[in-house]
Amino acid sequence: MAVIRDFAFQGAQMLLVLLLSPLLTGFVRKVKARLLRRQGPPLLQPYRDLIRLMRKDVVLADNASWLFRVIPYFIFAATWIAASLVPTFQSGLLFSWSADLIAIIAVLGSARFFLALAGLDVGTSFGGIGSSREVMIASLAEPAMLMIVFTLALIAGSTQLSTMAAFMNSPEVGLRVSLGLGLIALIIVAIAENARIPVDNPATHLELTMVHEAMVLEYSGRHLALIELAAALKLLVYLSLIACLFAPWGMSPPTAEPRLLIIGVAAYVAKLAVGGVLLAVFETAIAKMRVFRVPGFLGAALMLALLATLLRFVSRSF
Amino acid sequence: MHGITFDIAHLLAGSLVVMSFVQLYQDRLSALINVFAAHALVLALSVAWQAFVQEAPHLYITAVIALVFKAIVIPVALRRIIVRLGIHREIETVVGVGPAMLLGIGLVALSMVVMLRVTADADPLAREDLAFALSVVLLGLLMMVTRRNAVSQVIGFMSLENGLVLAATGAKGMPLVVEISVAFSVLIAFIVIGIFLFRIRERFDTVDMQAMDRFRGEKR
Repeated sequence: MAVIRDFAFQGAQMLLVLLLSPLLTGFVRKVKARLLRRQGPPLLQPYRDLIRLMRKDVVLADNASWLFRVIPYFIFAATWIAASLVPTFQSGLLFSWSADLIAIIAVLGSARFFLALAGLDVGTSFGGIGSSREVMIASLAEPAMLMIVFTLALIAGSTQLSTMAAFMNSPEVGLRVSLGLGLIALIIVAIAENARIPVDNPATHLELTMVHEAMVLEYSGRHLALIELAAALKLLVYLSLIACLFAPWGMSPPTAEPRLLIIGVAAYVAKLAVGGVLLAVFETAIAKMRVFRVPGFLGAALMLALLATLLRFVSRSF
Repeated sequence: MHGITFDIAHLLAGSLVVMSFVQLYQDRLSALINVFAAHALVLALSVAWQAFVQEAPHLYITAVIALVFKAIVIPVALRRIIVRLGIHREIETVVGVGPAMLLGIGLVALSMVVMLRVTADADPLAREDLAFALSVVLLGLLMMVTRRNAVSQVIGFMSLENGLVLAATGAKGMPLVVEISVAFSVLIAFIVIGIFLFRIRERFDTVDMQAMDRFRGEKR
């Protein structure tokens, strides 16, 4: 019975993240539009886009290989797996014990690797530009992310997300400078990984500025739908990760008590909404960076994460 | 000593190190001066918290001195200087932000390794303050070495002095007289440096230190 219940909760989380992620993307777009005093597309527009794309035919380039056709499914699957591993409304879910934070980063990293391959596959120059930029960003963002994980793992004594969330929720965390630095670094990495504004503009097809859009330019139909859904899921994964590590309040412990579950879901949705609004405000307030300034931006994240680790050693020595 | 008081002291002292890094990151003079003011503000907060924790009222005076002179008077004066020199829009060509940051991280690691070993049996609050203070001092020195513009070298010097004040407040027992005299000597040093800046400018038409190497007969 307990196993069935665990599966039910895990399945509920997987469905929840899948259903919420286009809504989150639509919500961020809507808030951004309102901040610019535009009407903006309706909140449900991303769902309509996805349904429309699913119905359309796939147009493939003549020289596209089998890899090009397989990659959208792989990227979507990998991102969904990562989303199912991050605790959202309830900690200690069934799957969360099979992989820790480092595994989640590795899964997302392999999805990115295949996306870069897809950009190169057809052989257009845009895809090549997109892939090379994406890999440049990744080579800086991933070390920073790993340093953040090390810092958090040193503080919480585990790389298991449920354990870390439980530790962050307990009063023994105190006020730590390393955690603050880690949070800032994680936000910078999340912005870079999700191709948000200072690094990449998610709303443009202007060739000089795009990174993510350039790689997926050759995709159409259901392939494009899957990639868009995976991108929306990735944004949700990073927001959930930040919420789970730095604001785990209200997350339900592994029980079946309905009151705690309702509180957990409500808190999760509220956290996503707050994160979405903050992201939209940040994106509206800042200008897109030149591509060659991105290493400086991400280097700051790497430096903050390194500094957080160092400061952590000072605080531990007492 | 443990618990929230220690955490806040740690947080403030750590923020001072972070502000030093922010200083290293800035390559525009006016932004650099803003960051220096913030650096001094964090120092004042940190000293005030130490005064509260150690129940040493004279440290509040140190905090006020740091706040008034370093967070308000000196930044305002520096801003006037760069406006009068016409270099407030200047973008410095630094050694490179990346290498400077990496060097800075190395220096912080070095100071932690040294200080945590040397002060093994000291009071924990003093100990972490000393470790952070040494890093702030080293980062100030790094700033002076990696910058070409005389104004940013002055800022490096001032932030180095902030590190010294942090060390002095952490290790209880620096008399008030010494503290006040240090504060005033820094102020006087600042005035002297300010005068020198204008003299250098008059003489060589620039405050770029590389130009001065040429006049000393060194290479280039």
